[in-house]
Amino acid sequence: MSKVLMKGNEAIAEAAIQAGCRYFFGYPITPQNEIPAYMAKRLPMVGGCFLQAESEVAAINMVYGAAGAGARVMTSSSSPGISLKQEGISYIAGAELPCLIVNIVRGGPGLGGIQPAQSDYFQAVKGGGHGDYHLIVLAPSTIQEMVDLVQEGFDIADQYRNPVMILGDGMLGQMMEPVEFKERKPRQLPPKDWATTGWKGDRPRAVINSLFIDPQVLEEHVQRIYKKYEAIKANETKVECYNCEDAEIIVSAYGTTARIVRSVIELAAKEGIKVGLIRPITLWPFPADTFSSWVERDHVKAFLTVEMSMGQMVEDVTLSVGGRKPSYFYGRTGGMVPNPFDILDEIKKIRGGNR
Amino acid sequence: MAIVFKKPESLTDNPFHYCPGCTHGIVHRLIAEVMDELNIRQDTIGVAPVGCAVFAYDYFNCDMQEAAHGRAPAVATGIKRVHPDKVVFTYQGDGDLASIGAAEIVHAANRGEKITTIFINNAIYGMTGGQMAPTTLLGQVTVTSPYGRQAETEGYPIRMSEMLATLAGVAYIERVSVHDIKHINQAKKAIRKAFEYQIAGKGFTMVEVLSTCPTNWGMTPVESLEWVKDRMIPYYPLGVKKEAE
Repeated sequence: MSKVLMKGNEAIAEAAIQAGCRYFFGYPITPQNEIPAYMAKRLPMVGGCFLQAESEVAAINMVYGAAGAGARVMTSSSSPGISLKQEGISYIAGAELPCLIVNIVRGGPGLGGIQPAQSDYFQAVKGGGHGDYHLIVLAPSTIQEMVDLVQEGFDIADQYRNPVMILGDGMLGQMMEPVEFKERKPRQLPPKDWATTGWKGDRPRAVINSLFIDPQVLEEHVQRIYKKYEAIKANETKVECYNCEDAEIIVSAYGTTARIVRSVIELAAKEGIKVGLIRPITLWPFPADTFSSWVERDHVKAFLTVEMSMGQMVEDVTLSVGGRKPSYFYGRTGGMVPNPFDILDEIKKIRGGNR
Repeated sequence: MAIVFKKPESLTDNPFHYCPGCTHGIVHRLIAEVMDELNIRQDTIGVAPVGCAVFAYDYFNCDMQEAAHGRAPAVATGIKRVHPDKVVFTYQGDGDLASIGAAEIVHAANRGEKITTIFINNAIYGMTGGQMAPTTLLGQVTVTSPYGRQAETEGYPIRMSEMLATLAGVAYIERVSVHDIKHINQAKKAIRKAFEYQIAGKGFTMVEVLSTCPTNWGMTPVESLEWVKDRMIPYYPLGVKKEAE
């Protein structure tokens, strides 16, 4: 299939439809409004259902119902709206329902702003809602990758019966790039014999539930989910290493920020400074082993994490580096996007021992 | 020998956990009898609430989903949109439906979601230990209105059926009571009609059932039934609030 020029948000929506998603429940919020608008237009054409819910709280619970009924279903929102969805996300994780949740992140806290940010990292990868659980968090840095990860994300969700989050930002949602909707080799997915489809007696009665009043039973339930997480860590961790061979400084960044760091690498090379990039594509599971594999190399002098936040992913990078090399942070927040020259200055400061 | 009385097939063999004198068991049975009579058990998906009826998924012998507190109408919406040919019902108490889930029930009703809601109004939070509900009567003592509910500070008991009956998407709403045999029979007719209207695709349907909570009201079961008749019905008048053609 040839490439088409598409806005990020619309590409997400089209990718979801091509992945077989037929149900979308959402609530308006900037900067993700093109996703529901596209779905409202396209889903009826393919026999699907778009519904604008009365709130984000209702939308995520509609996702719960539809996912529990066996459908491929998604919702999208942006930071304050994702906060409202946390109750439902925790229930979805507890009831082990597959779905796709898109967060086109904007600046916070509170109402914050509407410009791109990465300040929802903690919320996305450390929990967000109550209880012991993880989302599988995918962080694309191009619109092509966003399309690929949306399609892959639905399969991952179905394979492990776990919610998957696409963590984008206002920049990725609003920019346009050429994309190709590739023919994908679908995964072998287990049948959804647990879904509530009406009980004819040909399988056990389906009950979608996250309540386990006996603490021993709840502990066993959570421990079983965490065993699943071990398989996800082993099978689904994704990371890109760029220019790390011979790099003195390894910069770590995801999403939009990783694109900027690529420019920094070129700028630095012109000045004879060797900079590499580790770009986590899955933020959970976090590619800790990749950091470990580079940290012992003699040519690597330090790590620098760059984010559009006050420093969130840097905590996972620092944990992975484990004190074996210095780990620094540089970030802009509130919707401000880091400038490549400022990042280069930080790299020079680190080299010159001025940090 | 002919069997003249038996457990409906639409109930499981699990024993109810409800307190003595609580009317949840009666309402569960009425719903199950209707499901049997309409022969819809295999095509029904129920949604359980948070509250005393949280374990309803253990009792109704059909596919079930357990919703977060107040969100059952949203969960039911998701199910019904995926399976428009199935019968979908929610079972919710007054705290669940009239307080934390007020937005969800209003908008499900207003969209005309083709679901049936069974709304248990016993004027109190049962499971959490007898707190004031939006439906608690003026002057009624609860653990969070220890001096009796005052209109100036706690507002007025909310009449959900009348409020929802103003919405265009609603096909049928009736308020019933289960305080004696005659009214139990009427309640069953209303529940049956609600399911029939859903199956006919007429729109949103709800039956509000005035119910007891002897444990948290601090009454005997018999006193509780009297209290429904003498105190609740005068404020919450029984009858059809809306019925579409």
